[in-house]
Parts: sequence; C-alpha cells; structure tokens
Amino acid sequence: MGEGKVGLSSLKGRHFVDALDLSQAEYDLLFSLAEDIMESPQDYSHCCSGKLLATLFYEPSTRTRLSFEAAMLRLGGRVITVADASTSSVAKGESLADTIRTVAGYADLIVLRHPKEGAARLAAMYSSVPLINGGDGAREHPTQTLTDLFTIKRCKGRLEGLTVAFCGDLRYGRTVHSLIRALALRKDIRFILISPAELRLPRMIVEEILETNPELELVETEDLEVGLSEADVLYMTRIQKERFFNEEDYIRLRDSYVLTRRKLEGAKKDLLVMHPLPRVTEIAHDVDDDPRAVYFHQARNGMFVRMALIASLLGVV
Amino acid sequence: MLKVDRIQLGIVLDHIQAGKGFLIFQELGLSSRKEPTALLMNVPSAKLGRKDMIKISGVLDLDLTKLGLLDPGITVNYIEGGRVIRKVKPGLPERVVGLIKCKNPRCITSTEPYQDPIFTLVDKENKEYQCHFCGERVRV
Repeated sequence: MGEGKVGLSSLKGRHFVDALDLSQAEYDLLFSLAEDIMESPQDYSHCCSGKLLATLFYEPSTRTRLSFEAAMLRLGGRVITVADASTSSVAKGESLADTIRTVAGYADLIVLRHPKEGAARLAAMYSSVPLINGGDGAREHPTQTLTDLFTIKRCKGRLEGLTVAFCGDLRYGRTVHSLIRALALRKDIRFILISPAELRLPRMIVEEILETNPELELVETEDLEVGLSEADVLYMTRIQKERFFNEEDYIRLRDSYVLTRRKLEGAKKDLLVMHPLPRVTEIAHDVDDDPRAVYFHQARNGMFVRMALIASLLGVV
Repeated sequence: MLKVDRIQLGIVLDHIQAGKGFLIFQELGLSSRKEPTALLMNVPSAKLGRKDMIKISGVLDLDLTKLGLLDPGITVNYIEGGRVIRKVKPGLPERVVGLIKCKNPRCITSTEPYQDPIFTLVDKENKEYQCHFCGERVRV
C-alpha cells in the first residue's frame, strides 16, 4: 500500500474543514495513496468494511456527494445519507450542533455540505467522529482542492513553478478560495485573477495569501485573453446564481466569460483547462474535445483522492 | 469639584475614556444594584485630560472580557479596607465569546441557535477581530 502509510497515520481521527488543515507533505502523501488506489483498486476494496459514512447535504450536489458515496462503497464501507435537508429534522428547526452530535453517534465519518459560511467549522466542534467539509457557503471546499491539486500533479507532474489563471466568480467561488490558499504555499506560483470588478477575489484572501507568501506574483484583470496566453492552468468557474441576493446582478454578470475553442488558439499547448463543475455557459461544448480540457478527468480523480482521504481519516491504511 | 466618599469594599473602574462611562454603567447592569454606585463623568485627569470613573460599593463579579472590549484602556481597582489591593488592566481580550455579533449574513452564527459567535483579536492597533467560523473581520 505504498510508503506513505506511516505519514498518513497522522490523519487518523482528524477533521478536514479548511484546505490548510493539511500540510503540503500530507497532501503529497494522499496523492501517492490515491495513485496507488487507482493502480490497484482491488487492494483497497475491503479496507473500510464495517465502517459507515454519513453524508449530510443541506445544499444540492451531484459530484461531491456521489463521489464520496462511490468512494466509500469502493472501499467496502457503507453509506447513509440526507440528500435534502428539508426532509430531515432541520425542517423542524433542529440546530446543526444537535444534528451533528446525533449523526456522529450513528456513523464513523461525516461529510457535510451547508449553505452557511463556517458551518463545517462549527459542526466539527460538535462531532466526535472525523468531519469533512463538503462545501460551506462561499467559504471553503477543501476536498475540491484535494481533487484539483491531484489533477494538476497528475497532469503536470508538479505543483510548483506554475502560472495559474482563475476565471469567473472569484468572490463567491469557494473552490477558488480553497485552491488559491493551498496553492499559494507552493514555490514559484503566479496567479492571474480574471473576473468582473464585482466578483473579484475578496481582499481578505488576497491579503492572507500575500502574507503567507510575500514572493507570490498576482495579477488582476477583467480580460480572459490576457490570462489565457500566459497560463499553465486555467481554472474556470461558474457564476453562481445561488450566491446572489439580487437576481438582477446575477443576470448581468452570468455570461461575463465564455471560453471557446477559438479563444484557446492563443493558449499554451500544454495548458490545463479545469472546472470544478457543474458548468453552465462559461465553457462552450466545443472545448470538451480539446485535449487540454481535463474537467471530466478532474471529476473522476476526485473519487480516488476522496477514497484516499476517507481511508486515512478512518485510519485503515 | 464633586466629592464622592471613599469606598471600603468594592471596585473602582478608573481611566474610562470620557463619554464611555454611561455605556459601561449600562452594559454592566449597574442600575439594578442595591449597593451605592457612583458614575463620575468628565473628571480631570493628568493622563487623559478628562476621564469617567465608576465607583461600585460591595462585591461584584465583573466580566473583564466585556470590560476590555468596551474600553481597553480601563483600570479596575479592587478595594478592601478602603485600600486598593489589586489593579487589573483588562486590555483588548484575545478571544471573545458571545459579545460580538458577526455582521456577515452568510455566517452560520446568523442562523445557528446553539453556538455563540467566537471572535479572535487579529489587529490590536485597529481593534479588529475575526469570526472563528466565517473569517469576517469586524472593528470594535
């Protein structure tokens, strides 16, 4: 099962709420384990036998919930789920703290998605079993970061010395917030932040990453084509209707950027076009066949790296 | 100059920023006490020019975190036998539970009834605190 076994034991019993909850070394160990699982899935198909995962989703999800459930089932474990919180005791006014303490009594591991920022941090305070943040409002989505970094590592062979362009909703995009904070710790990283003025990366995060890594080079622009020619990785995001209080603002901004095959002509030959999905209009369908488009591989990678995470938090590898 | 009797047992809150005494008096719920309590406003001060003071007779369990948050420059003098036996300068508290409300409407503390908001001091100079849950910063 690989030489990462000893190092990964440090993850047993821990929560994963914030992308920075794991050290760079721990990320790298998880990537090694995920590679090993991809190569030899039969070696891991019973390692979570007798273990139960609870997925609590207070917001809609396809990939995150299904990839966690598929991951647990492929590890030989079982899953209980609340896919729509309006059908649970939450609808009766139960506090999140009470729900978590109850579910922690049933399951060995919890994945929580919640529309409010900081919900996973609060839930972790009340959970007696490891809790994974499956996305909390516009704040964090650390397992998407795990997926994204794993994909970059697999495709590029490194997480250092990269120019990474983020495009779209950088203000409310939790996948961007988590990934940018984790990538900022790596060496020789350059960011190009492409967004409408209203959806720029929050100043709090800009200040944080520049404080973390004063060497970091960061360019902000509204022009997608500026970022495209220089990027090693282009991380597209959806303008998220559910994050706007005002629908007029959403309608005005939703089609700010559309990546097409023609626009990709000026990009590097080994560019990676990534997207956390779901995509709506921001990537034209004609991009899907371009070898640089890796978003569906990215989604598949997510399942394997989540398998590595589950097995490590449960201490079964 | 007004004269207020020396207290034998109690607490004197000194060096209150002029104009904040009444707020502190209210926040500490001192109007409901039975023992003698005096609020002095705009008292001449060598250090501050003018200051407010509160003299509280009798025993009172003060919330120093709250006091530090309301006025970090305050001095709390504990009196016994008519003499100061202990001086405390609460300053800005490092961690505040339940006293600051997060202004981010998307924060979990805006809807979660069970958990008091938790804030940590991140910038002493600007009196800035950060929400433990959503990361929002507020100035107090």
